[in-house]
Amino acid sequence: MSEERAEKDGGATAMRDCWSCGTAVAMRAPFCHACGVIQAPQPVDHFTRLNLPARFDLQMADIERQYFGLQRYFHPDRFAAKPARERALSSQHATDLNEAYAVVKDPLRRAEYLLVLKGRPVQGDACSTISDPRVLLEAMEMREELAEAQSATEIEGIIARVEGECEAVLDEVADAFAREAFDLAGRHCIRLRYLTKLAAEAHERRARLEA
Amino acid sequence: MQILEIHEPGETPLPHAEERRPAVGIDLGTTNSLVALSQDQKPEVLCDPDGSAMVPSVVAYPETGEVLVGELARRHLLEEPDLVVSSIKRLMGRGPDDLKRLAGTLPFELEPAEDGRMVRLRIGARRLTPVEISADILRALKARAERALGREIDQAVITVPAYFDDAARTATRDAARLAGLEVLRLVNEPTAAALAYGLDQGAEGLYAIYDLGGGTFDVSILRLEKGVFQVLATGGDAALGGDDFDHAIAERFLAERARQLGAEKLSVAATKQALVTARLAKECLTDRTQGEWVLDLDGRTSRHRLDAGSFEALVAPLVERTIATAKRVLFDARLKPQDVRGVVMVGGSTRVPLVRRKVAELFGREPLANIDPDQVVALGAALQAEALTHGSDTLLLDVTPLSLGIETMGGLVEKVIHRNSTIPVARAQEFTTYQDGQSAMLIHVVQGEREMARQNRSLARFELRGIPPMVAGAARIRVSFAVDADGLLTVSAEEKTTGVAAHVEVKPSYGLTEEEMAAMLRESMEHAREDMEARLLAEARVSADRVLLALRGALRADGGLLDGAERDAIDAAVAKLERSKEGEDRGAIQDAIEELDRATQDFAARRMDRNIAAALKGVSVDQLGRKTGSGE
Ligand SMILES: Nc1ncnc2c1ncn2[C@@H]1O[C@H](COP(=O)(O)OP(=O)(O)OP(=O)(O)O)[C@@H](O)[C@H]1O
Ligand SMILES: [Mg+2]
Ligand SMILES: [Zn+2]
Repeated sequence: MSEERAEKDGGATAMRDCWSCGTAVAMRAPFCHACGVIQAPQPVDHFTRLNLPARFDLQMADIERQYFGLQRYFHPDRFAAKPARERALSSQHATDLNEAYAVVKDPLRRAEYLLVLKGRPVQGDACSTISDPRVLLEAMEMREELAEAQSATEIEGIIARVEGECEAVLDEVADAFAREAFDLAGRHCIRLRYLTKLAAEAHERRARLEA
Repeated sequence: MQILEIHEPGETPLPHAEERRPAVGIDLGTTNSLVALSQDQKPEVLCDPDGSAMVPSVVAYPETGEVLVGELARRHLLEEPDLVVSSIKRLMGRGPDDLKRLAGTLPFELEPAEDGRMVRLRIGARRLTPVEISADILRALKARAERALGREIDQAVITVPAYFDDAARTATRDAARLAGLEVLRLVNEPTAAALAYGLDQGAEGLYAIYDLGGGTFDVSILRLEKGVFQVLATGGDAALGGDDFDHAIAERFLAERARQLGAEKLSVAATKQALVTARLAKECLTDRTQGEWVLDLDGRTSRHRLDAGSFEALVAPLVERTIATAKRVLFDARLKPQDVRGVVMVGGSTRVPLVRRKVAELFGREPLANIDPDQVVALGAALQAEALTHGSDTLLLDVTPLSLGIETMGGLVEKVIHRNSTIPVARAQEFTTYQDGQSAMLIHVVQGEREMARQNRSLARFELRGIPPMVAGAARIRVSFAVDADGLLTVSAEEKTTGVAAHVEVKPSYGLTEEEMAAMLRESMEHAREDMEARLLAEARVSADRVLLALRGALRADGGLLDGAERDAIDAAVAKLERSKEGEDRGAIQDAIEELDRATQDFAARRMDRNIAAALKGVSVDQLGRKTGSGE
């Protein structure tokens, strides 16, 4: 995104020169300790960005505390009176924080992202790659049921059931991560994906029925 | 100016006036505009000398060449409707295609639009774009603020409907630039309202803001918590508001009229008059159950009765549309109506009883209107202006209202940034070529929720050229979208295997070109010089009046201190000032004021001595300073 991004990735002690005053500043420091000016964000993973441990069982309250707390420092509204370069850097930080928050707060996206970090990415997208025949059957049946549902009550029944399933699968995902059974977690994720998609479709149909 | 010092100490500006540079908040509305200033988190609307807060968003361009804004312009509406423009916000960022859709419903005379150019209005001999007309309103607001604060203002936060697309936002920013205002931030109207409401009422929890104004409708859901204002979802209609209620009534009246008087071809001016009457009828029916109105158009008169029930039947479909949108936004936020702790009503059209009933019905609670629904947006804008210039503890997290994407094969849209993403946001997507040896790729950026590109708003088209010959599907073209904190989009594209790049700040298809903008800036600078001259002249006259007034009072009270010759000298200086005041020469007025000042110096000193002597009789020494400092 910025030219600084291309700088070599550093360890804990890696340094770079502050773009404003030239002082050597720790790579990870977002502000220069000498002149206080904002530095370019580093290419780190979403958990590190939010200063959270890279794990699945995170509390929403903790995620939000970190996100809001960091945005209070970096949001462009804090830099409106600053020179253009500082405004642009703040915007980059805020953009990265928004992206990190969007991924980490959503359990499914968080799980899939963690699996990428662990080097075990879930393959394919949406329902195109359900290989487990039992899951495939379940998916087809549910979809048919939704297609045939006529009344709002019927659809609401499906929504309740699908959302209940989602909760249950999430527990299993959490359990798999706790045991570091990443492949199992990945399989649960595939099921969670289509359940989530189905729930969204059901909500959508429910909303259309009302309109 | 010793005379003044003795008589009007309170009127001279305080020596320790604000040192920090103030930035104002502006609600640039379809019907009414306001300007407000916040100091120490206490926002206040800046009123004109006779105390009115709202400036009607009406501009008149009389043949004399001057530009009138607000109440003055509105008075021209009935006399010279051809030369008066209202509701111009509805045309901001609109292109000829949009106008074809709106054709017949707009009381504007449009210049046949050239391809890809911004529309122009025909007003008497002038041809003006919506951006220029909006700039005239902004100039008037700027002048009002400068008059109220006694100093120059060049920075502002300006609010826009949350549902404004990129073209309309860009047009608003351009208008501000023309008016000589730096836009610190474009803030969404419902978000500004939430800020004012939340900070004033200390509200915490989930709130819905329902904003139905003159021309636009927005509904936003926010979470307010410990100083964080987080927009969860927003939706609306940039072309739905009180104006449409007026149209519905006017159409009914005109249909009745056609039955009474036979078909007629009404002039644009007559249509404007019918709309004014319709608005009157609508506003009356908020408090009354029925009434009768007269249309006197093109020299023929017709009478029309309307009761509240029929009015509600007329506008029910429009109100239903807002309720459907509110439901949609709740759905997007994954919330049920009962999850919302309060519904804040914003905008003049929320006074319509049917609107209140329907909103109350949806949310299962009475809506809130603790803050004046006409002012709350401007107050929020002022708070944000203060926060941006002087710092603040609150955090405003807003979203982009509409999805942004790219046209792909078959005219379909591939979404790159989804609606309700928190801004600033950046996303990239890879595309590829579909022909062997394809050396260029047209990138068509669209905004909206529909599946086909042509059903959405076209924002920009640009071409990535110089792609080296490859087989179809081998090129990797990465298109990056970034939406900044103002909600404005920038797009860039790069071919990853070779690094061929293109970068555009999206200039909406119907936006102003840089050349047009430059020409307008030049022109407005010339006007600004004329305006400045006129203002300085007016100010000189005002100071002359003040001096003369003060002197007359002094002569009445202490004229006895002067002998005949002294009195004659002063009278001569007064006569000279009065003469020069009638002229157009600012320098002459200034000189006459100074001359009068010199002629009255002895008199002022004698009065001072006498006042002190008089004061000393009954006043202790330590009270003396205060007493003399404050004059009589
Ligand atoms: N008492 C009333 N009853 C009904 N409608 C009213 C009343 N008072 C004002 N209105 C309507 O409110 C509208 C103006 O509202 P407001 O000033 O909030 O709009 P705006 O901010 O200029 O527009 P927007 O926010 O859409 O750009 C007009 O259509 C006006 O007729
Ligand atoms: Mg408004
Ligand atoms: Zn530094």
